[in-house]
Amino acid sequence: MLELRSVDAGYGTFQALFGINLDVRAGEAVGVIGPNGAGKTTLMRVISGLIRPTNGTISMEGRDVVATAAHRIVDLGIAHVPENRRLFPRLTVDDNLKMGAYMPGARAKYAERLEFVFDLFPRMRERRSQVAGTLSGGEQQMCAIGRALMSDPKLLLLDEPSAGLAPVVVQQVFELVKRIRSGGLTVLIVEQNVQQVLKVVDRAYLLEAGTIRASGTSEEMLSTDTIKQAYLGV
Amino acid sequence: MQAFLDTFDIYLLEAVVNGILLGGVLALLALGLNLIFGVIDVTWICYAELVMIGMYGMYYMVQVFGLPYWAAAPIAILLVAALGAALHYIVIAPLLTAPPINQLLATGGVLFILQSFATVAFGIDFRNLGIRLPVLAIGDMHFSYSRLLAFVAALLGMLAIYFFMKRTYTGTAIRAVAQDRQIMSLMGVDTKRIYLITSALGGALAGLAACLLVLQYDVHPFVGLSFGPITFLICVLGGLGNFVGGFIAAFVFAQIISLGGLYSDLEWGYVLAFAFFIVMMFIRPAGLLARRS
Repeated sequence: MLELRSVDAGYGTFQALFGINLDVRAGEAVGVIGPNGAGKTTLMRVISGLIRPTNGTISMEGRDVVATAAHRIVDLGIAHVPENRRLFPRLTVDDNLKMGAYMPGARAKYAERLEFVFDLFPRMRERRSQVAGTLSGGEQQMCAIGRALMSDPKLLLLDEPSAGLAPVVVQQVFELVKRIRSGGLTVLIVEQNVQQVLKVVDRAYLLEAGTIRASGTSEEMLSTDTIKQAYLGV
Repeated sequence: MQAFLDTFDIYLLEAVVNGILLGGVLALLALGLNLIFGVIDVTWICYAELVMIGMYGMYYMVQVFGLPYWAAAPIAILLVAALGAALHYIVIAPLLTAPPINQLLATGGVLFILQSFATVAFGIDFRNLGIRLPVLAIGDMHFSYSRLLAFVAALLGMLAIYFFMKRTYTGTAIRAVAQDRQIMSLMGVDTKRIYLITSALGGALAGLAACLLVLQYDVHPFVGLSFGPITFLICVLGGLGNFVGGFIAAFVFAQIISLGGLYSDLEWGYVLAFAFFIVMMFIRPAGLLARRS
């Protein structure tokens, strides 16, 4: 579904990603793990068009992502839940969700998608007229995921969904990811919480210093010595 | 003594009502400027000059080409909306990432261009529509219909903007851009298009103000100076970009001007308003309704 081939990207003169090759097949959940500053967030941003690659190709279901205007990439079926959630803090939950359905195709299905999101997150229905900035951390994460789901995406990019949340809430967020997956949605998830994320995904990539060091199924990754030592502390 | 008090109260009441009526148009202007500042993060120093161009548009359509007022007004609003969009496209868009001082100087330059253009094209004569609306007399109090009309139309204009911002996708996107412009493309929003629409809206509000003010004031190339500075003070007092603050500040200023004008003359009303502004800047430098952050 999603294909990255030798992608380079960075900010100004600083290069953050070096020759990334990555695949996500339809229906899969794929994780990208790695330390702080490895380029995980940059990887997400380059897929959703927030920054453009300096080299390489990205395609989504055979369509060229790099040649698509940034604001049209949503239309290819890619929805990005950015790092730190980035809700519109002074808009209500309803208005935040409405922004997720901004594209003409999504507007037509607005009512249907809203029901879907409210069924997934009943809490959002209760909070719908509340201003997003006053939600709790877990609720904000629900709202951010809900906003991304409003566009009826095929591929959901989740950037550090557990960051800044209490341990109990982190559990809930990963439960949510499982539920979203079971609905048939393809997920690419970036996480520092390696132990948790490997329980939810089918495959994972290890990203270090802007290059992919290892990849494999969750079981393979769990049994890799470097990952055991560096990320799991075993 | 009693007779003196009676007349005094009537004049006071008349001034208060006139202040409220003036506040409507000032609030309309402040909303336009706040919209531009809040969403695009630039200040249109030349905002009142857009109003001036709109007033000339009305003058030419009504006096020279003989269009009825009601037909000319929508054309003038569209004209100034297009001017606002052009201002953004030609002047602001290339300077979006420039330092704020450069943006200020650029729109300041547009102010002088528009004033000079008007001087060359229209001359420095004072012109008016030649429409004199009747005066409403309630007891001994007199209110001009042109002010009542301006007040009602300004409120309707603001109400229209309010519903546009609350109900439509584009309006919601305009409010969202003001809060987080970097992630708008993730929503599928073309920020450039939103800026252009916002600029056209700001222009349309200036156009509406022009249609209302041209009934009360003569047009000349420097007429913008009569409401430009006061509009800025209102926006700053209300907190730049804060719509509700601007609305309240407009009525506060209008009362000061109107009541100051009652006890002395109109110029003193303005002096009082500006003095009040300076004092308020010491007390609440971030505006009346400053957000605690």
